[in-house]
Amino acid sequence: MLTVSPSPHYQSETSTTKLMCNVLIALVPALIFSVYVFGFSALLLTLVSVASCLLFEFVIDKWLFKNQNYSIKDCSAIITGVLLSFNLPNSLPLWMVVIGCLIAIGVAKMSFGGLGCNIFNPALVGRVFLLISFPADMTTWSKVSEYTVDGTTGATPLGMVKEGIMSGKTIADLSLPSTTDLFIGNIGGSLGEISVIALIIGGIYLLCTKTITWHIPVSVLGSIAVFSCILYLANPELNANPIFHLCTGGAMLGAIFMATDYATSPMTSFGKIIFGIGIGVLTVIIRRFGAYPEGMSFAILIMNALVPLINKIQHRRYGSKN
Amino acid sequence: MKTFTIGGVHPKENKLSKGVAISIAPIPERVMIPLSQHVGAPANPIVAVGDIVKVGTKIGESAGFVSANVHSSVSGTIEKIDMYPDLSGNKKQMIVIKTDGNDEWEPTIDRSTTLQKDITSFTPEIIKEKIAIAGIVGMGGATFPMSVKLTPPKDVTIDYLLINGVECEPYLTADHALMLEKAEEICVGIELIKKALGVSKALVGIENNKPDAIAKMQQVATAYQGIEIVPLKVKYPQGSEKHLIQALTGREVPSRKLPASVGTIVCNVASTFAVYEAVIKNKPLIDRIVTVTGTGLTTTANVLTRIGTSFSDLLNVVGGLPEGTDKVISGGPMMGRAVRSLEIPIMKGSSGVLCMTEKEAHRKPETNCIRCGRCVDGCPMGLEPYLLYALSKKSMFAELNEHNVTDCFECGSCSFSCPAHKPLLDYIRLGKAKAIQILQNEAKKEVDKK
Repeated sequence: MLTVSPSPHYQSETSTTKLMCNVLIALVPALIFSVYVFGFSALLLTLVSVASCLLFEFVIDKWLFKNQNYSIKDCSAIITGVLLSFNLPNSLPLWMVVIGCLIAIGVAKMSFGGLGCNIFNPALVGRVFLLISFPADMTTWSKVSEYTVDGTTGATPLGMVKEGIMSGKTIADLSLPSTTDLFIGNIGGSLGEISVIALIIGGIYLLCTKTITWHIPVSVLGSIAVFSCILYLANPELNANPIFHLCTGGAMLGAIFMATDYATSPMTSFGKIIFGIGIGVLTVIIRRFGAYPEGMSFAILIMNALVPLINKIQHRRYGSKN
Repeated sequence: MKTFTIGGVHPKENKLSKGVAISIAPIPERVMIPLSQHVGAPANPIVAVGDIVKVGTKIGESAGFVSANVHSSVSGTIEKIDMYPDLSGNKKQMIVIKTDGNDEWEPTIDRSTTLQKDITSFTPEIIKEKIAIAGIVGMGGATFPMSVKLTPPKDVTIDYLLINGVECEPYLTADHALMLEKAEEICVGIELIKKALGVSKALVGIENNKPDAIAKMQQVATAYQGIEIVPLKVKYPQGSEKHLIQALTGREVPSRKLPASVGTIVCNVASTFAVYEAVIKNKPLIDRIVTVTGTGLTTTANVLTRIGTSFSDLLNVVGGLPEGTDKVISGGPMMGRAVRSLEIPIMKGSSGVLCMTEKEAHRKPETNCIRCGRCVDGCPMGLEPYLLYALSKKSMFAELNEHNVTDCFECGSCSFSCPAHKPLLDYIRLGKAKAIQILQNEAKKEVDKK
């Protein structure tokens, strides 16, 4: 007896689980750096976040969806857990982390039907929920000095700018971290967002393994650079320079790991570029003119909502040239 | 290096039979020759049971403009003319010939292997007539009758003849072997087709995973005017007519139009070789090179096989069907058809016989679509396979037409690239068939109204 099936009789080696594992590998440099800087409390926070994400997904899958084939096997819940923890300050009480995970997995992901069906990035929904519910705890940062915690709390570079401008100072009056400090991660901030270099290493890994394409990271970062450069040139007293914008406030984390989330980004390359430009412009607008110092999360969530519309844009078909 | 611009994937090449010299398959005891080996009307049988035929005797007469003659590939006696299942499992009319062992050829056929480069004695009309008599069809798999291809509509001017030596399907090496061993004959064949069409320029597209074939063809082509060998970047499905045209000339064939509408005619290298044989040697299309391959086989082969040889007879060349074979494919793994029995014949369009082990034969389990967009990036027609799949699943056929489902030529890039292993093409194929049916019904109603 021969097996008969329609063509193609060939499948690529890639699979959902392999892609998710690639993302996890790409997150390792940033995780190592955050443990190095913040100590084992960072690792504990990440582990709690991953464990609760897995637990919530498993419970919902088993008792609400009554699935036989558990979706936690695809590793996507681990990514949500790691990304959520990367967006939190390391001093956040662990019970808040668990609540964030419940919102991320339970509300943002599983209530839409699980992996691939969600409209909004689950980790960002969890983070924004926590930010709005517990604003004080979510904006208390351990101050990092020469890569060690000195016990005092400080503000993120973006927070310093926002506060400074609000109180009538100019950028030049503020003692902002040097570009080198920004690049290496010698600044205050959430667990995973501080080290630009570690995130870029992860991003290069994702590009090399063809897990993501260049379109979203390049268009997000490019439009942040261009737009903030325009503002900077218009009024350097009130606007930080483009490099400052690119290296702070999770711009790298958002552009490389959050905006590129498959389920919540457009399907076509052209759509991805529009999506990325939207995120970049919105981020700078929120940072400069909004109430919050940081705009990446909101910008990505707003653009997530527009993805179904972006997907309607007809892209280039063969034969449409003539 | 040139290639087509929209979509495309890179399947693992697995060209196991690369560099294997062409061997000649033994003549089987019995051949089954289908009367429909081409696109268009099946040929009409012109022999009766009990008739004695020679190699090259015409047994099926072309039944109209889009049709092709069929010839006996062996000498012997017509045993039966009946309906037998073909590749697709549908029953088709076939002529069964029992061979007499003498291998007696029609006297008009020149069996010598001497190369004849001089084509001045053939007028375009004679070339076309000889091609039509020989029953040549597109041997790359589409099996479009060559005589029709060489008669483009009067209102178009053809300025390029494109020769397809791409062979983008994994595993297959039949065209590669042919280019290495019959480069001169192919070039004379190109000259003949150029003359028949009245064009001065021919481009031969060969993917750069065949550097030896590119070198050989380039070396031979220097002696001919207006034959240019163009190395192409490896990308599937470059061997598709429309994509080869875009890769070589930058032109795009509009939806539901033929290559002639952009001034090009595309011929496969195997068909070009058949043209040489038909015109110079008076030999009808009675054999072709077939790649016999698979990871389970101990030896692989590029075999010159008589049309009508069954898969099981052909597999004897490599020592029979290996233990543990679960799937046998006619053609390559991307667009080939899985056969349900080995008692079906090799036809004019059969480029390969691929044996798959049990592990390779089964699909991986399906998971949730993660909306990664790999199917959209891979689609060489610029369609949105994820959307077509969903629409087809929901029987939304009008919407399928709006999203140009009829442009899909079933290359399989979407299903191949899907990390969730969704059977995208299965559903798109179903939806496409329905959508075409609806379009045809509508067209019919319009005609009825008038």
